[in-house]
Amino acid sequence: MTTEELIPRLKEIIKPYVRNQEAFNNLTEQTDFLNDLKINSANLVDVVLDIETAFDIIIDNESMEKMLNVKAALDIITQKLGEK
Amino acid sequence: MTQKEIRQYLPYSPPFLFVDELTVIGPNGITGNYTYRKDEYFYKGHFKKQAVTPGVILTETMAQIGLVCLGIYLLKDELQNGSLPALALSSAEVEFLLPVFPGEKVTVVSRKKYFRFNKLKCEVEMQNGQGKIVCRGVIAGLITKTR
Repeated sequence: MTTEELIPRLKEIIKPYVRNQEAFNNLTEQTDFLNDLKINSANLVDVVLDIETAFDIIIDNESMEKMLNVKAALDIITQKLGEK
Repeated sequence: MTQKEIRQYLPYSPPFLFVDELTVIGPNGITGNYTYRKDEYFYKGHFKKQAVTPGVILTETMAQIGLVCLGIYLLKDELQNGSLPALALSSAEVEFLLPVFPGEKVTVVSRKKYFRFNKLKCEVEMQNGQGKIVCRGVIAGLITKTR
């Protein structure tokens, strides 16, 4: 799956947790989940679990800790999909 | 881990301890109860004319039994070397169906939705002495060991 294909799917997943709509509308690979989208840090866990379900992958603790922005999330999803 | 051991790790004391007894303890859920004493401090002001248990106290009771006691149980393997649990409530979405009056015993039944990356999320229900649902909701918190 390409980045262009992944971003809309990721946006769909994070949408319910986003508190800054403007940053969400202008989302890029550099967009930070906490600082830009103002997602509650406790809800990052829900984002990760929703990603696991949507892509049928398992995300380990180490990957979870890195998943703080769009690019990191895309890289981890791509990597985990590749390992399947 | 026994009921007594779980209770020893609880970071609360009266008048803000709302756990009397844990009756079912397991990896996927927990059941416990608490009887609101007729002289609980909050009844003096809630309300002026008739004492009713505040919704925040019902929510706290559900969180202490359903989330914190279960969280301590789930962390049991990590708490063996003198570590203490550290916890923080992260969200609670609760609906209230019936009032709870002074002296009533309530039973809290909690089912684990998930415990991942130190976040515990549960579906929690509180029943009164007649087995009727008083309130229910989804409560989540972060729970980890301190050292």
